[in-house]
Amino acid sequence: MANELKVPTMAELFAAGQKPEVLFWVGCAGSFDDRAKKITKAFVQLLNKANVSFAVLGTEESCTGDPAKRSGNEFLFQMQAVTNIEVMNAYGINKIVTACPHCFNTIKNEYPGLGGHYEVVHHTQFLKTLFDDNRITLEGGKFKGKRITYHDPCYLGRANNVYEAPRDLIRKLDAELIEMKSCKEKGLCCGAGGAQMFKEPEKGDKDINIERTEQAMETKPEIIAAGCPFCNTMMTDGVKNKEKEGDIAVMDIAELMASAEDL
Amino acid sequence: MEYLPNIIFVVVLTAGIGFFAKNVKRLSRNIKLGRDVDVSDNTGQRWKNMARIALGQSKMVVRPIAGFLHIIVYVGFIIINIEVVEIILDGILGTHRLFAPLGIVYDGLIGSFEILALLVIVAVTIFWVRRNIIRIKRFIKPEMAGWPKKDGNLILYIELVLMTLFLTMNGADYQLQQMGAAHYTEAGMFPVSQFIAPLFQGMSMSSLILLERTAWWLHIIGILCFLNYLYYSKHLHILLAFPNTYYGKLAPKGQFKNLDAVTAEVKLMMDPSADPFAAPAEDDTAEPAKFGASDVTDLSWVQLLNSYTCTECGRCTDECPANQTGKKLSPRKIMMDTRDRLEEVGKNIDANKGQFVDDGKQLLDGYISREELWACTTCNACVQACPVSIDPLSIIMDMRQYLVMEESAAPTDLNNMMGNVENNGAPWPFNQMDRLNWAKEE
Repeated sequence: MANELKVPTMAELFAAGQKPEVLFWVGCAGSFDDRAKKITKAFVQLLNKANVSFAVLGTEESCTGDPAKRSGNEFLFQMQAVTNIEVMNAYGINKIVTACPHCFNTIKNEYPGLGGHYEVVHHTQFLKTLFDDNRITLEGGKFKGKRITYHDPCYLGRANNVYEAPRDLIRKLDAELIEMKSCKEKGLCCGAGGAQMFKEPEKGDKDINIERTEQAMETKPEIIAAGCPFCNTMMTDGVKNKEKEGDIAVMDIAELMASAEDL
Repeated sequence: MEYLPNIIFVVVLTAGIGFFAKNVKRLSRNIKLGRDVDVSDNTGQRWKNMARIALGQSKMVVRPIAGFLHIIVYVGFIIINIEVVEIILDGILGTHRLFAPLGIVYDGLIGSFEILALLVIVAVTIFWVRRNIIRIKRFIKPEMAGWPKKDGNLILYIELVLMTLFLTMNGADYQLQQMGAAHYTEAGMFPVSQFIAPLFQGMSMSSLILLERTAWWLHIIGILCFLNYLYYSKHLHILLAFPNTYYGKLAPKGQFKNLDAVTAEVKLMMDPSADPFAAPAEDDTAEPAKFGASDVTDLSWVQLLNSYTCTECGRCTDECPANQTGKKLSPRKIMMDTRDRLEEVGKNIDANKGQFVDDGKQLLDGYISREELWACTTCNACVQACPVSIDPLSIIMDMRQYLVMEESAAPTDLNNMMGNVENNGAPWPFNQMDRLNWAKEE
């Protein structure tokens, strides 16, 4: 890694009497999952490059409660939510960016009813704004002409109607964006949502991630782009299952951009 | 004796509409068995949704072939109903083609009804072929075996018969007009049935009149029968699609409702000044609210309305990732099961003088298995796919809540995950204190 990451915490900034422009909500996957941590770092590199004043909660962050809620454990969900909201409200947080569509959806849609009112954006939306405001530029053309297909995360796409920000970013890489047969509103789930990530699938003919990987492979991609750490895991496993990991890379949009920048 | 046909007509009409009204009452009673839910917000947006999705068929055309054919049948249904108004008035007053004095407008109306009737016959035939010859996958799923399949075909046959009767009636009428029969004054334009009329050549005037009258009577009786068939079939969507799209979910699809009963508990737990040993309030004798749903009466009335609105088109199931990969879950079956159980509960109430008597059954396990509920990825593909704003996912979620919060019956893996969230704030067993370690790792 070229530069050391600058990752200030809310506690540090608060002690210094400062308040960041935005809170980066890292999420459990982004904090602990080895694959997802790379996405987190790529995104921080971009934030550092664009001189965005941000902070993380660090050890004060806790699961949003999304997997508990989708499992049916409303009690645990609300305990998590209320705890997180207390922390964030104490810091007077207004704006949150996250690289996880599940955290994004939960904080944006389900926290307001419990007293947590924030402007919440997905990292692809945030990066798009950085571009539009000329706070970050793309050079190189490392991905020029590369065949990239984009997998819509359910909780970003259908759940919240964010379809274009990630696609706009891929186009800015001069890559060839190829759509799968089911995309956008009709995008097929990777199989991880609704807490399926944490359990074995029910009996069936096939795993959902294999079905989705096959759809992706029909586009003959060099890269499968994702915007969700769980989709990333599912698609990576799917590509491995097809023994195509040498030919097809599964990358988050933030990783594509950081890599284009040689960060 | 002169007024006998009028009297018979009024009796038939009253019986048909009266019986239908009885069914509507039963339908509304059953829907109201659901929990109350406040849907009085955003009336403007709700009207807009109804206009766009139900009236405008905006989500039907996502699948262009079925969507286009459906629009034909839908427009046919609405427009041809103008003709039914004339038929009813004729029946009551003993007139013939009451609206004929409208002249050229009348010609245009009758002409367009005829063309639509022909188009409906074509569309319905293609629908039948799709179901029975091409056997499109979503029509032959396990939940469609037996009655649902028969029901689907029966509706197509009824529509076919009604349209044929309508054209026969017009054809005979046209022929009688040509022959200058009394009462059959020249009126209307018959772009389709004029080609049927030659079949009747050589028939005597009296047998033609008999044919015309028979077709006329069978047509209106058929319509009244069809109206009453609705309640017993999947076909209620022709009426309920309108309220259902009005009451459909407005929040982003990813937003699942927060349970207020839980919020109250959680707030109390988090409140440092709450007295854990406080005696319950005097009036606190109400039974504690049940979390989630194990039977239809635990669902909201909007969810029950959803179940009656479902016309079993199967677009939801076709888009469901679990179903596509061979799992037992089918969102359409969730809706069909909910309706079937609700009907069962309704009949129970009718049989027991207005009181539900425990029948030892419930929606959970009796109709919907746990395996189905746990196979859902909550991806909202079914909700997106539904052309009439039905939300099968909300029922799945309510039933999961019951399983977890009332029965502690989550799959072991999920219990482990929830244990981790509870203990260390992450779905995996990592220490919360290590949450920022990534920032220092190479």
